[in-house]
Parts: sequence; structure tokens; C-alpha cells
Amino acid sequence: MISSILFGLLFIGGFGFFTYNILKIRSNVLLGRDVDRKGNRAERWKTMALVALGQKKMFSRPIPALLHLALYVAFIITQIELVEIIIDGLFNQHRFFHESLGGFYTFMISFIEILSFLALVATVIFLSRRNLLKLPRLNMKELAGWPKKDANLILIMEIVLVSFIFTMNGADETAQLLKGNESYGFSISSAIGPLFFGGINSIETLHVIEQIGWWGHFFMVLLFLNYLPYSKHFHILLAFPNTYFSNLNKKGKLTNMESVTAEVKLMMDPAADPYAVPVDASSEPQRFGAKDVTDLTWKNLLDAYTCTECGRCTSSCPANITGKKLSPRKIMMDTRDRLTEVGDNIRKHGKDFSDGKSLLGDYITEEEVWACTSCNACVQECPVNIDPLSIIIDLRRFLVMEESKMPTELTGMLTNIENNGAPWQFSPNDRLNWANED
Amino acid sequence: MSLNVPTMASMMAQGETPDVLFWVGCSGSFDDRAKKITKAVVKILNNCNVKFAVLGTEESCTGDPAKRAGNEFTFQMQAMMNIQVLNGYDVKKIVTACPHCFNTLKNEYPELGGVYEVIHHTQLIQDLINTGKMSLKDGGIYKGKKITFHDPCYLGRANDVYEAPRELIEKLDAELVEMKRCKTNGLCCGAGGAQMFKEAEKGNKEINVERTEDALETNAEIIATGCPFCNTMMTDGVKNFNKENSIQVLDIAELIANAAEL
Repeated sequence: MISSILFGLLFIGGFGFFTYNILKIRSNVLLGRDVDRKGNRAERWKTMALVALGQKKMFSRPIPALLHLALYVAFIITQIELVEIIIDGLFNQHRFFHESLGGFYTFMISFIEILSFLALVATVIFLSRRNLLKLPRLNMKELAGWPKKDANLILIMEIVLVSFIFTMNGADETAQLLKGNESYGFSISSAIGPLFFGGINSIETLHVIEQIGWWGHFFMVLLFLNYLPYSKHFHILLAFPNTYFSNLNKKGKLTNMESVTAEVKLMMDPAADPYAVPVDASSEPQRFGAKDVTDLTWKNLLDAYTCTECGRCTSSCPANITGKKLSPRKIMMDTRDRLTEVGDNIRKHGKDFSDGKSLLGDYITEEEVWACTSCNACVQECPVNIDPLSIIIDLRRFLVMEESKMPTELTGMLTNIENNGAPWQFSPNDRLNWANED
Repeated sequence: MSLNVPTMASMMAQGETPDVLFWVGCSGSFDDRAKKITKAVVKILNNCNVKFAVLGTEESCTGDPAKRAGNEFTFQMQAMMNIQVLNGYDVKKIVTACPHCFNTLKNEYPELGGVYEVIHHTQLIQDLINTGKMSLKDGGIYKGKKITFHDPCYLGRANDVYEAPRELIEKLDAELVEMKRCKTNGLCCGAGGAQMFKEAEKGNKEINVERTEDALETNAEIIATGCPFCNTMMTDGVKNFNKENSIQVLDIAELIANAAEL
């Protein structure tokens, strides 16, 4: 009875706090500007099915993709066991599905165990890739400090979680044998259970060990769940909405700034009245481009929370490869960090509070913004369809259109386009000269 | 052979409408190296009797580098002016040898009122060959030569055109050798996003040098491109390694025109 109540309280508390954090993140994401990602639902579901569910883009690098797949499938299948744990916990049962499902139950738990074992192997390999092999992509300077700890912590939590599953099942299997019952026949624990706990001759002790495994597993699930909103690991949930709301246009198409279109039309229309009240007079004049996270779209902000810092973007970025400061992954990490800060400020000090800081300048430098070749390699590489390029372009727009700050050569290029319709200083009258030259 | 380059204005004066507008672009009009690519395209068009025209002095920068540099005003001014001209001539179909122009005309003009069918010159040439309007003899000058193709970002990743240029290289009876980074994984030449017009930020290497290394690793005799900017960057990269005598950088249009002895 007491354990049922304790379980219930933990369950409600754990899921409650998780929900609280999710709502907080949702309100942060909604600080972004609006962008239409509603239409074309069939295509959206398809993208989500292929990219998030099917992990299509992961497989451009097959080895990490296979390891990741093991973790991913294990994670999803283990949730079936979680259902049983919740029922057992709330109603004080023991292996609630065992009798009703019979042989299928054994098959299912065995399957979960095999996947869990594969996940364990994958986790150990992932840890060694990070910490022993020191893969360059996973050891760049933007990961120093918390991001690196975060990554390791997640992997260690996964190991602990899986160990609890095997402790639970292993102790239970051993207890069955000690009682003279038939083994459950679980694929892995029926073998390793007796190996680890075979020396214990007390059913009581084995029962306590099983309980430690059971509670430990449940506790880790709650811990893991509530760790997610603070971690890069949040991608396991956000990958789905983020791919659903993907940009479905060709990657080369940059957004059209409608506020500018209105102005340009006014400039080109000789009959226009420059003093006329704007058609949409209620709208506040918006900043051109982005200086801070609130100038970005909600999709940019969702991207930031979805990023799991794998660094495939950065490792394929031509600027980064050649030693420039730009790292698309850092752009996403900075956006998330700044957004968390802005969100907390708003909740603490109200909507109009300003801390005098901004994404551009305090987090991302102009040098990074100008190093981009807009080649779309980062966008192509991202396994969850994050678009760092659109943030970079919006930061450039702010620099150029609001502050007139850009590398001097670009000032010249722009002047040339405005004066002679070409980025170089050639006379427009000479445009067809090539036709008559040898 | 002198080139036949009719302008839209002259065609209109004769009451004629071309089937396709050849958008030459700023590089193709002014850059000495790119002008050769422009001429190769025209030779192919002339050879196949394609009824085309250019805008000539009525053409102006699409605004691509302005937009990518963050100056939406300059971009939209350019776009609206060009759209006025294009719509004035009732243009339906555009071919261009510049992937930057291609991308901008195709993807960014429609929202501003300029809706056209836009194709890259490699797609047009592919079509001319596939429909039998142009044929390449067996055993042309590129037969058996190792050619690698550098994917322009604005043709490949930006617009998913990977096959047309490759199919044309195969039509040359040449051996197409891929770089380790190709197609969706292709490495940029370093010129996009307005980088063509500025010095690179501080780093430890130039991007075009990194990319040229990829090309040199293939032991190709020719680096083929489909973009005037890529052409410049790769040519500079080859010079950086003092390999200009052993490896050529050529546009697909030049390869086809040369092979057809135009």
C-alpha cells in the first residue's frame, strides 16, 4: 500500500514537473516571429516519417547510424515495459502481463533485453568515441564545459538505466530457480542472473535486489525524463515536431521579406503617396533581420531546442573545415542558450525587461556571421532538419539593413549593383560586348 | 564562326518571340573567363537552331549577392526591375549558365511577381542531346579522359540538380570520377553567399584550396563545373598547386562545344 502511494506520488511529481518544463519551453519557442509551416500536411507527415521515425539522414554516416539505431529502437521498445512497471507500481502487482500474455510476454521481455544489451554496447562505444578516440567533431571548443558533461551524463544515465533492468530481471530469474520454479526464459537475464546472483541463497535477498532494480529503473526513467528539457538530449522528443515543420521549399530559396516588398513597391510606383497610412496600420514596425532570438521565427527557436549537438553540420561546413570561427552547431547552441536566458528574464521581470544583451554580439560574433558561404551543407547534413543558415542570413540582414555594418568589400559590391547593375564596376552598356569579342 | 546573339528588343521589333531567354548573368557578361562559357553556350544554341534571345543591356544583376549579403532592399529593387523587363517581354522560359542566377530566378522571383520556367544550361543541353537535336560523335576529344565534376552548391544542394551535368560527361565517352565529397556531400568552392566579393575570414586555409585537393586526389585531367564562380575558384585552386599545365578547369558547356567541334 505504502509503496503504491509512494509510486503514485513519484509518478505524478515526475510527470508534473516534466509538463511544467515543457510548457516553459513552449512559451519560449512562441517568443519567435510567426512563420507559416501549416500547409501540405501529407508531405509533412512523410518527411517526419522518413527523417525522424525512419532516421533517413542518419545513414549518410552508417557506423554511428547503426549504433544510434540500437539505442533508438531499444528506447522505444522499452517503453512497453514501462507500461507494466506503472501498472505493477500503482496496483502493487508483480509482472502484471506475465500470465495473460504467456509466451508472448517472454518473447517481448527477451526482445527488450537483447535491444537493451545492444544499446549498452552502443552507449559504451559512444562514450569511447567521445572520451577515448576523441573524435574531432565531438571535441570542438564550443562543447567545452557543460555540453560535454551533458553528453557524457546522458550516456552514463543510459548505462545505469539498462543495468537496473538487468538487475531486476536477473534477480527475479535467480529467485525463480531458487524457488524451484521454471525460469521465465528471458534471453539475457536467465543467463546472467544466475551468473551474478547465483551465490545468493536467500529468496528474500534476491527479492530486495529485484526491488532495487525495479525502483531504480523507474527512478531513472523519471530522472531521465526530467533531465531532458535541460539537455541537448531533448531531440528524442522534438525531432518529431521539428521534422514535421521542416522547410519544404528548395534549400536555395531564402525567405522573401514582405516588409521590404511593400517599401520597394512604393519606391517604384510613381503614383504612390509617401505619406499614406500603411494598409496594415496596426502592425508594429518590425526590425529588419534579427539581432536577438525574439527576432527569429518560432521554427528557428524550435530548431535550437531540437539540436543534439552532434556536429554533423559543423564537420561539413566549408568555413569551419578551413579554420574559420563559424560553426553552425554553435549558432544553434547560442540560440538555445540565449533563448533560455530571455525566457527566464521574461518570467522573472516581465515582458518588457531588457538585460542589455543580444544574440548577435554577446553570443554570435559578426566574424562568424560573415564567414558563411550559404552552401547549405549544414542544412543538408542535419539529421533532424535544422536550418542554421536561415539564422545566419537573418543576422546578416540586421547588420546590413539596420546597422550598415558589413565587410568593406561588400559595401563596394552593393554600390556597384545599385549603380551599374553588376557586382563589379562595369558599365551596363558594355553588357553585350562579349558577343562581338573574339 | 561568328555568333548569332539576338536580343529580345531586336526580336520584338521583328515581331518574333524566342522559345527561351538566355540569362547571361554578370559573370557571363563581364568576366573574361566566364565569357568563354557564355560563348560556348551560344555556340551550342546556334548549332541546334534554338530560337533564343538575350536581354543584352537590359539585363541587370539578379540581386543574388545582395540578398545573401543581407541587403534585401537592393535585392528586391534589382528583382522588381528585372521582373518588369522580363514580364514586359512576356518571357516564359529562361536558361542560364549561372546557378546563382538560376536559383534566384527560379525560387525567389515568383513571390515578387516573376514566374518563369527556369533551367540550368546543363539541363537544356541534356535535353538537346536526348531529343536528338544535337549529337556527339563517338570517340571525341574527351574519350577516355578522366573528368571529375564539382557540384555547384546552388545547383546541387540548393536545387537538387545532380544528374544533368553527370549525364553530359558520360555522353563525352569520358570517365567520370567522383571526388570523395560529391553530390549532396559536395564541398563548396568558397564563393557563395557573397564570399566571391570579399576576403575570407581568418582561418588556416582557403576553401577553394581544400576543394581543389579533393579534385586532385581523383587524378582527373579535367575538373568540370557548371558555375562561373566555381570555375574561378577552382582555377585559382589549381594554380595554387602549380598544376595548371596538367589539369584543366572547364564548364560542361565548353566540354560539349569542344567535343562537338563547334
